[in-house]
Amino acid sequence: MTVTEDRPSVEPEIGQARKRKEDYRLITGRTRWTDNIVLPGMLHLAMVRSPFAHATITAIDASEARNAPNVVAVLTGADVAEVQGPLPCAWPITEDQKAPVHPAIAVDRVAFAGEVVAVVIARSAVAARDAAELVDVDYEDLPAALDLKDAAADTTLAHPDLGTNTSATWIFDSAEAGTGSPVEDAISTARDGGILLEREYRQQRLIPAFMEPRSTVVDPTGEQITMWSATQVPHILKIMLAMTQGIPESKLRVIAPDVGGGFGGKLQVTPEEVITLMAARRTGKPCKYTETRSESLMAGHHGRDQWQKLTLAATADGTVTGLKVELLADMGAYLGLVTPGIPILGAFMFNAIYKFPAYHFSCTNIFTNKTWTDAYRGAGRPEATFAIERLMDELAHEVGVDPLAIREKNWIKHEEFPFATVAGLEYDSGNYEAATAKARELFGYDELRAEQKRRRESGDPVQLGIGVSTFTEMCGLAPSRVLGSLNYGAGGWEHASVRMLPTGKVEVITGTSAHGQGHATAFSQIIADRLGVAFDDIEVLHGDTQVSHKGLDTYGSRSLVVGGEALVRAADKVIERARPIAAHMLEASADDLDFEAGRFSVRGTDQGVAMAEIALAVFAAHDLPDGVEPSLDAEATYDPVNFNYPHGTHLCALEIDTETGGVRMRKYACVDDIGNVINPLIVAGQVHGGLVQGIAQALWEEAVHDDAGTLVSASFVDYLVPTAADTISFDIEHTTTPALTNSLGTKGVGEAGTIASTPAVVNAVVDALRPFGVSDVRMPCTPERIWKAIHARDGADDGGGATAEAAMPHFDEDQAGANDEGAGR
Amino acid sequence: MIPAQFEYAAPTTVEEAVRLLAEAGDEAKILAGGQSLLPVLRMRLNAPEMVIDLGRIEALRGVRDDGDAIVVGAMTTHADVHADPLVREHAALVTEAVSHLADPQVRHRGTFGGALAHADPAGDLGAPALALGATFTMVGPHGSRTVEGEDFFEDLFTTALAEDEILTEIRIPKHTGWGAHYEKFVRVAHQWPIVAVAAAVRAEGGTIAEARVGLTNMGSVPLRARAVEDALVGKPATAEAVAEAAALAADGTQPPSDLNGDADYRRHLATVLTRRAVLAAAGA
Ligand SMILES: Cc1cc2nc3c(=O)[nH]c(=O)nc-3n(C[C@H](O)[C@H](O)[C@H](O)COP(=O)(O)OP(=O)(O)OC[C@H]3O[C@@H](n4cnc5c(N)ncnc54)[C@H](O)[C@@H]3O)c2cc1C
Repeated sequence: MTVTEDRPSVEPEIGQARKRKEDYRLITGRTRWTDNIVLPGMLHLAMVRSPFAHATITAIDASEARNAPNVVAVLTGADVAEVQGPLPCAWPITEDQKAPVHPAIAVDRVAFAGEVVAVVIARSAVAARDAAELVDVDYEDLPAALDLKDAAADTTLAHPDLGTNTSATWIFDSAEAGTGSPVEDAISTARDGGILLEREYRQQRLIPAFMEPRSTVVDPTGEQITMWSATQVPHILKIMLAMTQGIPESKLRVIAPDVGGGFGGKLQVTPEEVITLMAARRTGKPCKYTETRSESLMAGHHGRDQWQKLTLAATADGTVTGLKVELLADMGAYLGLVTPGIPILGAFMFNAIYKFPAYHFSCTNIFTNKTWTDAYRGAGRPEATFAIERLMDELAHEVGVDPLAIREKNWIKHEEFPFATVAGLEYDSGNYEAATAKARELFGYDELRAEQKRRRESGDPVQLGIGVSTFTEMCGLAPSRVLGSLNYGAGGWEHASVRMLPTGKVEVITGTSAHGQGHATAFSQIIADRLGVAFDDIEVLHGDTQVSHKGLDTYGSRSLVVGGEALVRAADKVIERARPIAAHMLEASADDLDFEAGRFSVRGTDQGVAMAEIALAVFAAHDLPDGVEPSLDAEATYDPVNFNYPHGTHLCALEIDTETGGVRMRKYACVDDIGNVINPLIVAGQVHGGLVQGIAQALWEEAVHDDAGTLVSASFVDYLVPTAADTISFDIEHTTTPALTNSLGTKGVGEAGTIASTPAVVNAVVDALRPFGVSDVRMPCTPERIWKAIHARDGADDGGGATAEAAMPHFDEDQAGANDEGAGR
Repeated sequence: MIPAQFEYAAPTTVEEAVRLLAEAGDEAKILAGGQSLLPVLRMRLNAPEMVIDLGRIEALRGVRDDGDAIVVGAMTTHADVHADPLVREHAALVTEAVSHLADPQVRHRGTFGGALAHADPAGDLGAPALALGATFTMVGPHGSRTVEGEDFFEDLFTTALAEDEILTEIRIPKHTGWGAHYEKFVRVAHQWPIVAVAAAVRAEGGTIAEARVGLTNMGSVPLRARAVEDALVGKPATAEAVAEAAALAADGTQPPSDLNGDADYRRHLATVLTRRAVLAAAGA
């Protein structure tokens, strides 16, 4: 039994740039996406959606659809009004928060264009779609609340019964909280002799635009109802459906098979999931619904959409003294799963890495007749980071110093950690000096500044702009106590278990739910090192509530820093369970054993036993010490004690063609401090993807509605998601200041790039245009806005104002008609 | 999304296609590369009862030399047009424009004739075709006829093609030795142009002897900037002289306003892009 040959020297897995083990399946598509699932006798759903933003449903005639070939049933809101239950909102931010009931199928009124008014259930997807065209709905158009500021003034009500468009107002004040002084004092001091910046920024509405459209399959034919769904949150979905659909939690199983991206857009309990569930229960047959891309863009929840009113007080030399933030946040028509809390997640981040002595935050959540908003990569924190990083550039300009210098003057020095912030958080670690110094060098900051100067002096039609963003974020959602204090409807712990199989393989079960992040690879690396088993011998299981019975899923850069810690703790329990058994096998005292690289060895001897051997011995259980259970398996539930605070310095250089307003990215360098890195390749992927998504907010993406409330940017022709052809090679590096709140010293990286890059890019645009008297350009910074800003020359221009509410027609109805007409001549 | 059901026919000759089209009347749609038609069908913006696929008609594919012109078969894909040596030699402006069109997938499916028949005012091929004086040949039950570019494009998505006619070939007069440049302005790479300018220039020494300038997305049809062309004749190929002529580019145009820019901005772009296109075409 005891093995004495030389142990192979093992390279640690952590830190290796392993290719992702799940990628072969995902990239080739030889895998289980929800829409690939086919069950015997399965029925297909097609939705009938409202073309109106706000209307009364006066009549629905579904008789023709019901009689169409292969149609099994048509359900309208009236048919399910008694049973459909409200869609859940798990985060009421105040006691007196107002909210309309959120039906899965609208019953007598629709509140946004795209809302479901009926569903057709048929034997094929084609039959369902064909019949959906036959459902005749009579609407009586109602005035729609569309503009956020108008809506805040209650000029038109999104939900007349509520009597107001205001859902709730949430306030944090440092003086009241005891974390700082009163901000109004700082403001009045700044008003005479200091610097007072008053700015208003717009966070445009974005669409998550994940690659795999949402899809749900429900099989009601077993003892338990099984739902497969393209979701980020199978566990939350299961609990919420049990609570709202009258199904015992134990009779429901939710599976998130392979899921093709989410970015927060699949952190939801969707009407379509509830409708598919209802359809399956009604018909007693498996049912499938897969949305089209158009439906996804129109009716999947949107993100961002705020007006930000900001007041920053500073002394004349640029030392910040106070920050006041007043937000208007567009909820859209309903409160989704965590809609109202999204802007509140930003409340703790406007002060960012700076030592503000006084801080006041208020946010008013407003209803409009648009698709509801909810989590989108960064969720609340990109909005905050954008505002403060734009303001720091403005402050630098006001004082007349370099934007990096003004930041350095105000940031928390590395020796000041842990640091209690004015927003009430405790930052455990960080080193802004180190990240900035490295980024500066990587970027070639001084050379680019010199080039900028040359171009300015020579009046080059192509101007260079340099943008800075020294961001931090709070992630690793989240300490349950903190969530409780914010009225959030759940905790923030995570669960993991480790199962030691008799053949030496290891099953790792996590409550996180990967949808493209690479958990199977990263978690295997962690376990390989911890238990000394081979990377390939580890299987990571997740996303099925019957396999992973406990968990809180994946969002908020939490999977590694919270889920990974649960995993480490479960693995450590396995080691402790194995120790007495190893001692028994080696006929030694447990105290004399060392565990290293997967082996227990007797200190000072060459005797040892490997984990796989112990697993087999435990399986046989022929000779275990008295009173020892024949199992090595262990689980752990970990509730984080603090958030996790990655940070970094991002520098962006843009060339702006002043003749056209066209933008070309010259260089983008970032140094992120995300603590210890498990897999640099996965990290690079997260940073690259995150950067592109943040850059896209700065330059390209915007969900635009026309004055009837119809989404104009309703396809990828007009909603400009960038491709590889629109990006450059980013220079990414890291500094390493390990987090002190988890064993691996890791920090979240899933949202970092997105949070940091948007202000870096807009700061670069504005920096290029300073000589033209420009102090802001509204996002997305389109060539048209940039060109108009250059030519406004009054310094107060908002960069072209709102986007024209018309799409470029390439495929629309009129064109088909026009074509036919023309052909008739 | 799933299109409504339709009958499908794939004839192998133009005659057969014309006959099928005549039989089906206004219930039929011609399918070329499908890059514009299929989205329309899938979004259910149109539901023809019959789709006639020209993909198997070999006679409609390819480019041939026809003396003082080259002739491009309607079903020649963008990728084949781009790679074609005759096009490159005698109508470099078309090669230039096609190289900027959409993405590789679309270029391998979409066709020269399909794009022109579709007559999207933002389409990249109308302006170069117009600038080079291309003529369009179409075949119907009563035989074939040929029209000039300015008569072919009638309105937004509307051409001189009658309901029972098929566009068969596009004849482009040779512009051998002319410099050419297509200046396309987009926000992201895979976008249709916000504005684009097609310029072909015959230079003698440092002087512009002749110029052809076409505008994309500056109105409901592709336009020829004749005032610019006239003003360029005899001018030196210098930034100042060309800029002066290019300033006339937007005169009399009625460009659209949309998410990507309003009409005024487009008018401004047209002048800048015209200057750049002409200078590049003149090799300056
Ligand atoms: C993602 C994407 C991006 C694109 N970007 C661009 C771009 O940047 N620039 C650009 O110019 N275009 C762009 N296009 C359009 C592309 O050029 C298409 O190929 C073209 O518009 C249609 O050509 P097709 O061969 O696919 O025609 P189809 O889609 O098959 O047909 C288009 C229309 O023309 C009619 N038709 C086709 N052939 C004939 C014929 N021989 N006779 C009579 N009628 C006919 C059809 O009935 C239909 O109404 C893009 C398309 C896509 C999908």
